[in-house]
Amino acid sequence: MSDVASGAATNGAPATAAHVGRALRRKEDPRLITGQARYVEDISLPGTLWAAFVRSPEAHAKIVSIDAFAAREREGVHAVFTGEDLSDLTDPLPCAWVPPGVELNNPDHWPLARGAVKHVGDPVAAVIGEDRYAVVDAAEDVVVEYDPLPVVTDPEAALRGAPFVHEQFGTNQVHQWSLPGGDLEAGFAQADVIVERRVVNHRTAGAPIEPRGVLADYRAGSLTVWSATQVPHFVRLFLALLLGISEDRVRVIAPEVGGGFGSKLQIYGEEIFTGWASRKLGQPVKWIETRSENMAVSHHGRDQIAYTKMGAKRDGTITAFHTRIVADLGAYNMVNTPSIPELGAPVMSGVYKIPVVQTDIVGVFTNKCPTDAIRGAGRPEATHMIEVTLDQLAAELGIDPLEIRRKNFIPKDDFPAETATGVVYDSGDYDKTLDRLLEHVDMAAFRREQEALRARGNYRGIGFSTYTEVCGLAPTRLFGPEGFGSQAGYWESAVVRVHNTGAVTVYTGTSPHGQGHETAFAQIVADKLGVDPEVVEVIHGDTGTGPEGRNTYGSRSLAVGGESLARCATKIADKAKAIVAHQLEAAPEDIEVREGRFSVRGSPDKGMTLAEVAGAAYLNNVPGGMEPGLEATTFWEPENYVFPFGAHACVVDVDPETGKVKIVRYVAVDDCGNAINPMLIEGQVHGGVVHAIGQALYEHVQYDEDGQLVTGTLVDYALPTAAELPSFETDRTVTPSPVNSMGAKGVGEVGTIAASPAVTNAVIDALRPLGVNYINMPLSPMRVWEAISEAQGASAKGGVPA
Amino acid sequence: MSRTIPVRLNVNGVEHHLDVEPRVLLVYALRDQLGLTGTHVGCDTSNCGACTVHLDGRAVKSCTVLAVQADDAAVTTIEGLGTEEQLHPVQEAFWNDHALQCGFCTPGMIMAASALLAENPSPSEDEVRHALDGNLCRCTGYHNIVKAVLDAAASKSATIPQQPEVRA
Repeated sequence: MSDVASGAATNGAPATAAHVGRALRRKEDPRLITGQARYVEDISLPGTLWAAFVRSPEAHAKIVSIDAFAAREREGVHAVFTGEDLSDLTDPLPCAWVPPGVELNNPDHWPLARGAVKHVGDPVAAVIGEDRYAVVDAAEDVVVEYDPLPVVTDPEAALRGAPFVHEQFGTNQVHQWSLPGGDLEAGFAQADVIVERRVVNHRTAGAPIEPRGVLADYRAGSLTVWSATQVPHFVRLFLALLLGISEDRVRVIAPEVGGGFGSKLQIYGEEIFTGWASRKLGQPVKWIETRSENMAVSHHGRDQIAYTKMGAKRDGTITAFHTRIVADLGAYNMVNTPSIPELGAPVMSGVYKIPVVQTDIVGVFTNKCPTDAIRGAGRPEATHMIEVTLDQLAAELGIDPLEIRRKNFIPKDDFPAETATGVVYDSGDYDKTLDRLLEHVDMAAFRREQEALRARGNYRGIGFSTYTEVCGLAPTRLFGPEGFGSQAGYWESAVVRVHNTGAVTVYTGTSPHGQGHETAFAQIVADKLGVDPEVVEVIHGDTGTGPEGRNTYGSRSLAVGGESLARCATKIADKAKAIVAHQLEAAPEDIEVREGRFSVRGSPDKGMTLAEVAGAAYLNNVPGGMEPGLEATTFWEPENYVFPFGAHACVVDVDPETGKVKIVRYVAVDDCGNAINPMLIEGQVHGGVVHAIGQALYEHVQYDEDGQLVTGTLVDYALPTAAELPSFETDRTVTPSPVNSMGAKGVGEVGTIAASPAVTNAVIDALRPLGVNYINMPLSPMRVWEAISEAQGASAKGGVPA
Repeated sequence: MSRTIPVRLNVNGVEHHLDVEPRVLLVYALRDQLGLTGTHVGCDTSNCGACTVHLDGRAVKSCTVLAVQADDAAVTTIEGLGTEEQLHPVQEAFWNDHALQCGFCTPGMIMAASALLAENPSPSEDEVRHALDGNLCRCTGYHNIVKAVLDAAASKSATIPQQPEVRA
């Protein structure tokens, strides 16, 4: 299958691009494939103590007493701390979303619980000792007496009244939020057909293969923390604020980080506690999360119940789309918790021209682990709502699912396109991606094959998802305190430093955890400076070596951080041109970067290499009035978000006897603008798609009605393995973004945003002849079998459907 | 502190004499006592396979083996499979095919794949997928991992040399 988008090389890429657009293999990989990389757990300091947490087995209880005597008496144990010991923290853990004009119930949330626990896994004490095994033994000796309180786990029941997760609010409602766009009543009045769905987007886990970990070292008045985090700069800020240490004396390093998927975009209590404990004890303190802890207390994602309502005219023209969402936020507001469902609202129009679109959200407390950002964060939920509702609309109108999509696509001439809610999509050409998809999928042949298989009792189906998403966080004007309400500015920083020898070190404020920034960013800078990417070292994830940064999430690193680096490198190139012009007595505007040299246009033999330019710059052999040296810093933020889009198709076989779903084929056509490294794009799409297939078919964080987590390990929480999956077919179209000079859009989340409705729609397509028209995820054999049984009029416990 | 037991291990061709508590897992003996941190721990339940090493030439999950059970055995870890200068064909293929992103599952994945190819030098895609179903990856969707293993098998250099598993 072709993986190179036609026209990629000519579409907006500068003519001198030698490296941008090429599938360079990664600079990161040699250390990773030989076991030489250093993740947090691999870092040891002399005198390091280990921490283990005592966690609540109760979902909701008062803490009556904590008896740590026996634990403290154990050999090698240095201390046992409880919530009261941390009374010198200046503030609770942060929630960084303060939406203007919206009231938000926000309970205090401390690194160690104070007086009560609100979900299973809430930490009540921490043991510090000399040995990783011994602290776990000692933690088991801490005796905690609990007085259990009533538990609520169903968000819709929680909204109806007591029991309350936080008694002081007299309600379990966290907040209400709306994004209106047009007159709903008028929109539905124009519809000939209205379909409604209750779309449950169940709770999932980020489940990076590396659990979290923290190593904190306080000495001589300064704190250094290594953390498996996506957001070292935010962690530094809150360590400084909460511990009352001047920010310049706190350094946070995200070393090699083993995946995040949003679950490491957080200010976790364990990070704050470990720093606090190192200061308290005067020794380094290390905590490595177990997988069981990861499943219980690393924030979860999704968990929304949506009531969707879509109206259309008889010819398929959509007149209005309304969603009411009940979002289960769990027990506390963590850093972005209540804002996650809202992130889907800006693209609730999907790729369709819909005159009236409205999203209404209610956030709810329950006695469960808090939810927060997990890959896609709000947009996978939105896409699922749109795409499964639209398929049902097509079925009820008797229109082909692809035809109804095309009929409602925002035409390419409309871009930049303003939707009903006032959001402006930067660029798009939705027919083009769907056309490309159908070059790979022969629909006439598929329908013939499907019919032939059905005649033999084999149920094969095809499902589609045509999507867009909003990413590249973010223009502060739209996303920051005065706009959406996120309490930060969302620029990104870059430093480009050319050394004496012409080697280049660049710093980015983004913080990768698998994406390949060291390679892609080196490609960008190399082209600007006429050097090989091999001599461009990309430094990231260390607050002590670069400027303030805004880290990695929301598919922002390339579209914001990469662009910032590109602009920074352009400053260096401009300075280099001025130096070369000065040296060669030419005009700066006549100097060009060509074949690795800064040379005079038309006289390619007259020129200087970057090393020669750097030599002149550091010898202060520069034009009058110019500073010596060859280094620049850039802070840049975009004017708008970017909106990647695409068309995905999934083919499944469903076994009606067992309900088992097998993915036969998956084709993804995505458009993320100009490519920096197409190999990295493809990798992001593969992983993103499988993340959503996992949710669609297997993964489900489940609590029982007492709030006990019943999926606490990877035995019960089924991540997809190689054995369940096919190889994927990927392709791209290229519609450059006008938002940045590279014409690039984010791609880290698109697969996850696109895929779950494609899988669901495929299963429904297979089963419509049996009378099944919707099943909520995960499409487990039991659920599918029950849906078939119900549709066939058999009792769920009865026999196999006819 | 509990009593310790002497254990003799040949790791990547070098003989080591360790004193370990009976409950210490092989993975922690390798990581904490020998400093071989390329072998990772990703779960508590032997599901993820990040800790896969070769024990007397067979792929095992080193979180499921006690260090004392490995007494007198030969262990190969990712550090002993190949070096940056001389990569094992599976390592080379992982690099060429972008078969890793965050890299955390990668050492275990490479050890499982190299053991597969030592046993079955030309597996089908289906055989590769089933052989790797005890190793979890959250980044790649497995597509490029499977491709890399097939490419390693097909590459001329991949008459996979068995690592010198020097017996103690």
